[in-house]
Amino acid sequence: MSAYLSIRNLSAVLKGAPKGTPRLLRSVSLDVAAGEVRGLVGESGAGKSMIGKAVLGILPRAVQVIEGEIWLDGVDLLRMTPSERRRRIGASAALIPQDPMTALNPSRRIGPQITDRLVDILGWTRADAEARARELLDEVRIPDPARVMRSYPHELSGGMRQRVLIASAFAAEPKMIVADEPTTALDVTVQKQILRLIAQMQARHGTALLFVTHDLGVVSKVCDTLSVLYAGKVVEDTRVRDFFAAPGHAYSAALLAATPKYTDPDAGLNPVPAAVIEAVQAEVAAAEAAWRKGGAHG
Amino acid sequence: MADSVADIRPLFQVRDLRLAFPDMTRKPLFGPAPQTEVLHGLTFDIPRGAVLGIVGGSGSGKTTLGRVLVRLLRPTSGELVFDGREIGHLDEAALRPLRRRFQMIFQDPMSSLNPRRRVGSLIAAPLQLHGFDRTSQRVDQALDHVGLPRAFRHRYPHELSGGQRQRVGIARAIAMQPEFILADEIVSGLDVSSQAQVLQLLADLVRDLGLTLAFISHDLSVIRRLCSRIMVLHLGHIVEHSDTAALFDNPQSDYTRELLDAIPLPDPDQVWR
Repeated sequence: MSAYLSIRNLSAVLKGAPKGTPRLLRSVSLDVAAGEVRGLVGESGAGKSMIGKAVLGILPRAVQVIEGEIWLDGVDLLRMTPSERRRRIGASAALIPQDPMTALNPSRRIGPQITDRLVDILGWTRADAEARARELLDEVRIPDPARVMRSYPHELSGGMRQRVLIASAFAAEPKMIVADEPTTALDVTVQKQILRLIAQMQARHGTALLFVTHDLGVVSKVCDTLSVLYAGKVVEDTRVRDFFAAPGHAYSAALLAATPKYTDPDAGLNPVPAAVIEAVQAEVAAAEAAWRKGGAHG
Repeated sequence: MADSVADIRPLFQVRDLRLAFPDMTRKPLFGPAPQTEVLHGLTFDIPRGAVLGIVGGSGSGKTTLGRVLVRLLRPTSGELVFDGREIGHLDEAALRPLRRRFQMIFQDPMSSLNPRRRVGSLIAAPLQLHGFDRTSQRVDQALDHVGLPRAFRHRYPHELSGGQRQRVGIARAIAMQPEFILADEIVSGLDVSSQAQVLQLLADLVRDLGLTLAFISHDLSVIRRLCSRIMVLHLGHIVEHSDTAALFDNPQSDYTRELLDAIPLPDPDQVWR
């Protein structure tokens, strides 16, 4: 089975950085098949959100992709003109963002914020789009969808707002969704409901899901496969069951040992040992040197 | 040291503590807004040397309670006794000499550290305000305590990582030689490896300096590693207050059980009802 999303050797740098500056993304490769949930974990600054943004074509202006391919449904997004790419991504991919407070426009009602993309990008009629939005709000178990569509974001709780964003992400039936830390801003009981909802929606719609998180507890609940990033490099690519049985890289093992586990008072929250950091940094530096030698790069 | 009444008396004694805010959404056009109570009569002690975890979901009142303890907010009624002295109704002038003794570490170091001042001056400012001598030496000591190089006194907050910034927040609190520290969600913005480092540091400091700590968090896993006692808040009520081991082995309230069940363990075999 071929992957719905396939990233090949993706490298990115900070625009205008002097020659020899380390890459932000270092020859990243990963696949997500239809119906698969791939976790993308790493410490802050490892580049996990940046990969999600590259897939959605929303990288900050300061970041420049210098090589690689992003195949989405059989076409390489990086070989398209910007307008072709926008249309392609708009029709087949969507984002569930981190912060439900800032992702919704505070001065507009919920309804149009869901229906806009159906009308503007997919050319639906306003009436069809509204019917679809009501259906989706019902599917994410929002009581009284008609009333919520007339509400403003501040009238809803954090969990409700995140449900609205999930409904909105699934609105145009995308085959690919990037979820960027979708539950970090929520408390644990709400997080559990939202994770369960995302998993149900993903399974029902057969979506390929790239799930960015720093929480290995969350990974173990929702993901099938996992990429562990360090400093923009994938250090491990594995199945979730195999990972928790036996991490395949010393750095990912240390990351797992740092994850808190309340059932075992002596486990978890162990800082990543300095020796492990040094080893993974050496590995990344060696790969960087080999990459420079291999191509006619900076 | 000889035992005296002052040594065994709890550092904080809180009795029927209530806090109400005016509810502006229900304010009539003329006249005062009706009051909405957010802390509903809380009673508890914090013994000297204790590490108390305060947990609860969003809106449970845990941050508000913390702000009342360090008197950033004035309680509406009830007793708030710090080291044998009622502080609930003191005005700012009367509180000033006490403030050195209870310090706070905030959730977001990026917004609690002035971006235009260097680390050294950030740590020194409260010391100068409270009339400490040899502030420069004290800044060095504080940096030593939190494991940051002394040269960091010349850096700006934006030049530091999240974990380093939170260390500056801790340095600033302990430089004042407080008896009590309130830490409000201080690791929730950090990734797991820096989280582990900052918690380890805090645990070491509390032990070495003999501090009393209240640690507010929504994360029971973090609290379990650090705290000897745990208080669970829900909608402004204490629903459970017990020893850490007792709470995890035999939670007394439904809400505590719900909180525990919702924590995603790093284990694909965990059954999530």
